[in-house]
Amino acid sequence: MDTQKLIAMLPPVTDANRDFWEGTLAGEFRLQHGDSGLPRFPEAPVDPVTLGEDAEWRAASGRATLWSWVVMHQHYFPAFADKLPYLVAFVQLEEGPFLMTTLVDPPEHLECGMALHVVFDKISDDRAIPKFTVVTR
Amino acid sequence: MPEKRQVAIVGVGQTDFGALYTNKDAQRDAYALGAQALRLALDDAGLRKEEVDGLLTARIHYEHAGHVLGIPGPRVINALEGSGRMSGVAVQHAVSLIETGQADVIACVYGNNGRSVKMTYGGAYTGSPTTRYDAMYGMTSPGAYVAMMYRRYMHDYGVPDGALAPIAINNRCNAAHNDVAVMRDQISEEMYRESRFIADPLRLYDYCIINDGGVALILTTLDRARDLAKRPVRVAATAARGSVSNYYTSTDFFYSASQDVAQRVYAGSGYGPQDMDCLQIYDNFTPTVLFSLEGFGHAPRGEAWKWASLDRIARDGEMPINTAGGHTAESYMQGWGHHVEAVRQIRGEAGARQVSDCNIAQYICASPIVTSHILVGE
Repeated sequence: MDTQKLIAMLPPVTDANRDFWEGTLAGEFRLQHGDSGLPRFPEAPVDPVTLGEDAEWRAASGRATLWSWVVMHQHYFPAFADKLPYLVAFVQLEEGPFLMTTLVDPPEHLECGMALHVVFDKISDDRAIPKFTVVTR
Repeated sequence: MPEKRQVAIVGVGQTDFGALYTNKDAQRDAYALGAQALRLALDDAGLRKEEVDGLLTARIHYEHAGHVLGIPGPRVINALEGSGRMSGVAVQHAVSLIETGQADVIACVYGNNGRSVKMTYGGAYTGSPTTRYDAMYGMTSPGAYVAMMYRRYMHDYGVPDGALAPIAINNRCNAAHNDVAVMRDQISEEMYRESRFIADPLRLYDYCIINDGGVALILTTLDRARDLAKRPVRVAATAARGSVSNYYTSTDFFYSASQDVAQRVYAGSGYGPQDMDCLQIYDNFTPTVLFSLEGFGHAPRGEAWKWASLDRIARDGEMPINTAGGHTAESYMQGWGHHVEAVRQIRGEAGARQVSDCNIAQYICASPIVTSHILVGE
């Protein structure tokens, strides 16, 4: 994979999401919590219950379950051209929010509902991407 | 408060999608495609352009459209974005505006030059604050988000591979009887199963076509419609509900929003799901048909994949679906073509694909804006 092309696609680090991206480098998956206490991902400008702008970032458990996945065969992104076909997973964090991600070393047999845990793929000195692994019992 | 006026669709127009598709290198203008459809719809209604006092555009902008179509000063003018959910929304807005007397004759005009401009419906990620978070894993394209739902649906209800084949095959069967359809060749279950994956579990034949075309609808009051030449098609009820999140993937397959819309559209029209003579279901990707059938009470929850057998959904079956060929075979006009087909079926103008004795049709779109209308021939 052409890492430079992937880096160009990443969400730019801004004041609104810096805590999240610093968390990925520190090995934490951080969620934003507004004054209602509802966790949110990715960053949003206000709390969806109160519309308050105050928020703090807290480390989530890193635990999630596999809601579903697809195997992408169609070429859309130059950065992923040599990865085809590749897996994209839709997972629900233990704290509630859903996110798109991928699985590292997925087992041959996947099933919806599988327990997952976050890992971080450090793709450059200053960027890491959260991915998930299936928790083996 | 005065009684609400009733509303009818009185004019439909659409381009010859198949003919447009044959020239692969054409560079078509979306406004020209919309204009062509508007001309046909006005002729169909027997109305003059000067009588149009409301213009709603989709995928093309109202300002340029009003100018080039020569409708620069209607009482009502606005545009809706070029997403498939908006065809149902446009009709709802038109109905409300006519009901309340803000306009008398509304033209809804849609132009789509997606093929000319080489639309891919995937690979862009800068238009939303959150899509970059998906793109960094290679996630993109509405079809992949629907594939995500369908894998989960298969898991939840024990659905085997290949269960979508009847939906794809039925669309091609119907398109074979539609002179303007793009994909008129029949496909077999074997061809379906052997077609390549786009986003596994969805295959090529589960996907809508990308093609050029235009569609226009003319709506007016039912009173006015009765003075026009063709059978009025009354909008007996219409309803919507948003079901939005960061993702096109809905974790209940749009079920709760669909149930709410279904309840209102059936109560509002006085008809139930069993009363429909045909269904025109928004089918950007084939799983959406299953989600729609369940959400709107046509099939039991979790069983639409068994319910939607080829026998049942064929033109001469118990509940014909997407009789013009839908988005995977007729044309990807983002639900607009489905409206045209509903009107033509009710008028008895569908030729070789006519459903016998068709008086009541339902449009359904299960998407981040769930919409449905019940259309009744007067």
